[in-house]
Amino acid sequence: MYSFEILFTVLVLAMFVGYFAILGVTPALYSPLMSFSNAISGIIIIGAIASDGNRFWEMAAIFLAAVNIFGGFAVSARMLKMFAKKEHQK
Amino acid sequence: MNLTLFYTVIAAMFIVSIKMLSSPQTAVRGAILGALGMILAIFSDFAEVEHNHWEVIAVLAAGALTGIFIGLKIKITELAQMVAVLNGLGGLAAVCISLGETIKNLEVSWAIAAGVVAGGLAFSGSMIAFLKLQGIRIPYLQFKGAYMTVNFLMFILTLLLATGVCFCTSNSLFLALVFSSLLWGVVLVMPIGGADMPIVISLLNSFSGWATVMIGFAQSNILLISVGSLVGIGGVVLAYIMIKSMNLSFAKLFSRKMVVNTSSADISRLPQTGSPQDAAFVMKNAKKVIIVPGFGMAAASAQHALKNMGEILKNKYGVEVKYAIHPVAGRMPGHMNVLLAEADVSYNDIFGFEDIEREFELCDAAYVIGANDITNPKAKTDVSSPLYGMPVFDVGAAKSVFFVKRTAGAGYSGVENPLFFEPNTFMLYGDAKKVTEEVNKFLDE
Repeated sequence: MYSFEILFTVLVLAMFVGYFAILGVTPALYSPLMSFSNAISGIIIIGAIASDGNRFWEMAAIFLAAVNIFGGFAVSARMLKMFAKKEHQK
Repeated sequence: MNLTLFYTVIAAMFIVSIKMLSSPQTAVRGAILGALGMILAIFSDFAEVEHNHWEVIAVLAAGALTGIFIGLKIKITELAQMVAVLNGLGGLAAVCISLGETIKNLEVSWAIAAGVVAGGLAFSGSMIAFLKLQGIRIPYLQFKGAYMTVNFLMFILTLLLATGVCFCTSNSLFLALVFSSLLWGVVLVMPIGGADMPIVISLLNSFSGWATVMIGFAQSNILLISVGSLVGIGGVVLAYIMIKSMNLSFAKLFSRKMVVNTSSADISRLPQTGSPQDAAFVMKNAKKVIIVPGFGMAAASAQHALKNMGEILKNKYGVEVKYAIHPVAGRMPGHMNVLLAEADVSYNDIFGFEDIEREFELCDAAYVIGANDITNPKAKTDVSSPLYGMPVFDVGAAKSVFFVKRTAGAGYSGVENPLFFEPNTFMLYGDAKKVTEEVNKFLDE
């Protein structure tokens, strides 16, 4: 277990990193970016697996997060494929 | 302890993958890196947790298959809806985790309470956004004028309940918090539509990131906190970029009133109707044509027909064809770019707002396909208009303007577009795809 201060430090630093990483993304790729970040927010699945709570709700969370992750990656992949296809032609 | 180091590596992978998404050349590799990070994270969790693994694996596999199935099955025109739904599920997962922990441990930390609020908002808000994008008519609550008040009350109620559950263990109080968060999401998104939709979608995306952060605080998990805040801040940055591009602020976005009905519409004037034949004739004799796509192109899936039109004009008649993309065209950030990419329109022909706004006066024809509000000159001239201040394309400066529109009438914002009544404007009523195909037929002759 970490203290609140440590966790808070991680939060603040990660926010700055995220801010600068996302500022650089070209507007044409906003849709895949959003879909991709949506997919990785499914990381909450590890919270669901590690949770020691009520079994039913835990499983529900694992299922929903899995749909989120894999659906999100599938959608991002489809979007990116369209951009990649064009890149290839040039 | 090893797990922490492992988590740091995974978080770094996600950061690099987002950075790689910034250009089309590296984007695919970036996405693969991110997927790899996700798989590593899940495996590391399995190693750590003593569980009935098979049960977890079975549920996970079922979710994965469902996700991949719908992710691949969905039509390309429905991507915005899909993103909304998936995002909502992530939020719901946060709510489920919180519920599970509360039922078992009977003790609620502030982080769990905040996770419920962020997750609940993300879920119900996304579902409303999904219904709106799907075009399903939901009974509109008539509180547009009182939007700020209603949301402020929901905020207070949710805050009180969230504080309450931290201090007294009551399952019914906790359920009340869940419901109040869900209801807040509904009233937050319900009255928003049109050009504001991409902003709302980004903000909802951000909420599910913050929900992940909160679960991370509850479980003292640095991976959840770091990745969740990447997503959270990402959504806020995207929303902010779009709000800036509309010349708004967060406060103004939510406080400005939407006009549903403009009674001032002058019925004696009717817009001039053109035919696809006229459009074909004007455009093939033009030197330069600018195409302005909007949500109507997405709804009708007209991007391929549009691309053909551009190709014929370029190759057969030597016309210079450019695509003008407004930052808030469509219903999610970058919506038009994805669709044009799908139709294989060359990057070199696609221009952002600043790069093309001055070119309309130099072009012979503007072909506005399924867009309206982003061309409305009232945004520049009419202080009382809800669109006022938003930068718009000055399509009226082109020698001729063609509006491809499904029906006569105002745009999503409810504001009538005075351009429709200009002598150089011609309305082409009908489905964006069918109309463009008609135009192509005449161009092909």
